[in-house]
Amino acid sequence: MTGAPAIEVRGLRREFRVRQGLFAPPKQVIAVDDVSFAVPAGSVLGVVGESGCGKSTLARLILGLLEPTAGDVLVDGQRLSGMDRRARARLIQPVFQDPFASLNPKRRVRDIVAMPLLAQGSIGRAEMDRRVDEALDRVGLSIHQGTRVPAQLSGGQRQRVAIARALVLRPRIVVCDEPTSALDVSVQAQILNLLAELRTDLGLTYLFISHNLAVVEHIASEVAVMYLGRIVERTESESLFAAPRHPYTRALLASVLTPEPGLGVPDVGLGDIMPDPANIPPGCRFHPRCPVAIGICSTEAPKPAHGAAGLVECHLA
Amino acid sequence: MTALLEVRDLRVTIGSTAAVRGASITVNKGETHCLVGESGCGKSISALSVMGLLPRGSKRETTALRFAGEEIGTYGEKQMERLRGDRMAMIFQEPMTSLNPAYTVGSQMTEVLRRHRGTPRAQAVDRAAELLALVGITAPGLRLGQFPHQLSGGLRQRVMIAMALMCDPELLIADEPTTALDVTVQAQILRLLATLQKDLGLGILLITHDLGVVARIADRVSVMYAGEVVESAPTAALFADPEHPYTRGLLTCVPVPGKVKRGEPLGSIPGVVPRVTPGFTGCGFRDRCSQAHAACAGTIPRQAVADGHELLCTLSPGWGRQAAA
Ligand SMILES: Nc1ncnc2c1ncn2[C@@H]1O[C@H](COP(=O)(O)OP(=O)(O)OP(=O)(O)O)[C@@H](O)[C@H]1O
Ligand SMILES: Nc1ncnc2c1ncn2[C@@H]1O[C@H](COP(=O)(O)OP(=O)(O)O)[C@@H](O)[C@H]1O
Ligand code: SF4
Ligand code: SF4
Ligand SMILES: [Mg+2]
Ligand SMILES: [Mg+2]
Repeated sequence: MTGAPAIEVRGLRREFRVRQGLFAPPKQVIAVDDVSFAVPAGSVLGVVGESGCGKSTLARLILGLLEPTAGDVLVDGQRLSGMDRRARARLIQPVFQDPFASLNPKRRVRDIVAMPLLAQGSIGRAEMDRRVDEALDRVGLSIHQGTRVPAQLSGGQRQRVAIARALVLRPRIVVCDEPTSALDVSVQAQILNLLAELRTDLGLTYLFISHNLAVVEHIASEVAVMYLGRIVERTESESLFAAPRHPYTRALLASVLTPEPGLGVPDVGLGDIMPDPANIPPGCRFHPRCPVAIGICSTEAPKPAHGAAGLVECHLA
Repeated sequence: MTALLEVRDLRVTIGSTAAVRGASITVNKGETHCLVGESGCGKSISALSVMGLLPRGSKRETTALRFAGEEIGTYGEKQMERLRGDRMAMIFQEPMTSLNPAYTVGSQMTEVLRRHRGTPRAQAVDRAAELLALVGITAPGLRLGQFPHQLSGGLRQRVMIAMALMCDPELLIADEPTTALDVTVQAQILRLLATLQKDLGLGILLITHDLGVVARIADRVSVMYAGEVVESAPTAALFADPEHPYTRGLLTCVPVPGKVKRGEPLGSIPGVVPRVTPGFTGCGFRDRCSQAHAACAGTIPRQAVADGHELLCTLSPGWGRQAAA
């Protein structure tokens, strides 16, 4: 089963129509704009970018929770569109940011974890119990905790429940959308360590979304930087952090406040204009905020340059 | 240096929760003091205590609560109202806590000045426009006429800061002012706070759970855990020589870009922050502490590590270095 990437997206695009007011005509928001990439089996693609740049939309497209406006998603070499829901659930599973919102508050943890098994419709009671125990054990929850409801668990334990539910069908791919953003740092570290361990032990592939660059660096083998719906740079993790090529990647990295006293807060040079996916600027979409923009940037969109170092979209790179 | 704010031995109970258990915090004029710790450690409740904005049913006790030399712990609601938004102002994580969705930015900002100073409208509008420009908003005139929901999160946060500055406060309390923002916007807002503090001589009490933020903008840091200040030190000293096992644990949990080793687990602290009830004795961290021993269930001594560096722990200062040697 070598060869086929775990995830492949080709020319992926998703538009939304958004009403801006009671009488204003609806506007078109391009949340994901012509995105293509492949994630080799067993690796981790990290996705970073500011709020609203399209990270979660990309995740939902890849999970099949949202239909693309154009383009294709292939999971394990098979087209997602038209795939049977149950087959899809055995291949790819999500872990979302807010474990509280994504878990049914009335059900016991065991039953929440068993849901995907139940939905398969073909698994017997004994087998189901065995698989649930196995999944709970894998994420470090006790049998006793399995009998509780989510409100009786801490945020970190609830995220463990969400991970157990994602693993119970033994999928090959897990899409994590900000899985630790709602957690305290000490608990974030526990969950990141768990996800890293599971990946190695079970040979999983992750699409890992976070707005925290340091978290992404810790877990991802490759990183994609999104800006207003497009991937503007995608590179192997080490080189992205050592030598960022896109001006936006550089600004993102410069904004990270490392715990080093005496350095002060840097001026990242982005100005106060905020990106708006309902009004994507002409030319390079980053040009109104780009500290090194040149004349051509406001009229002509840079073409993606693929190279040994990955991909970058900038006239100057 | 004169203490602008002096909180001594603050205790707050809310129902059956001992939210703050004997915290002392001093903010000097022109100084940024950061209160750091994970959620539930009592940071917000400490700040709200100072502002007299505690949730209903809370009980507050202090041996001293002084603002600019005056004891305000005995102030009634009327007197506190006169201070709030005037000589001391507060900004929150969620700007909509202080912004009213039904009024324009301009009318909310001018209202503050009218209420506290009786400033005429035209003059108040000028002041509002001036402050919006000061916090880096490019078209102040336009923004004054807009409603909060017409602004991005970053702009709203700036408006709230500008509003807090309307009456030239001496003390600004900021509760996680950048936690909900993108890192790019966070850097801009924190730069702004640092500049304002230098230019206006503000004293700032900044609450955060982010050690990166602390390192970059604090003069002094107090680490809170389970309602207590477990360590307090000048910023450089805290990062160079963290003494409390909780401070040390927190520092190892933070993944630092450029210093991250992929494939190696991050340092982590097992377990979670406990909810402590009144009457709890001993160290609140002992269930999670790798150094815990019998004495940790008794009275925990507050020790001086160095000038201005305090530790609440049974271990002797320097224990980490001795263990490593
Ligand atoms: N169901 C929807 N209807 C209308 N617009 C949507 C919908 N879902 C997303 N959008 C818009 O698409 C854009 C991208 O949203 P998305 O949630 O993917 O961003 P994100 O990168 O995940 O942001 P965050 O970091 O805040 O989670 C935004 O402008 C958003 O408002
Ligand atoms: N309105 C409230 N009612 C009851 N308990 C509260 C309330 N607000 C805070 N607490 C409790 O007080 C403690 C300290 O909370 P808080 O100061 O908000 O922590 P932090 O700001 O450090 O996250 C926690 O145990 C919390 O659950
Ligand atoms: S193409 Fe121009 S505007 Fe866009 S990132 Fe490159 S330099 Fe900046
Ligand atoms: S008092 Fe004891 S349990 Fe508490 S931090 Fe110090 S060593 Fe650990
Ligand atoms: Mg999202
Ligand atoms: Mg708080």
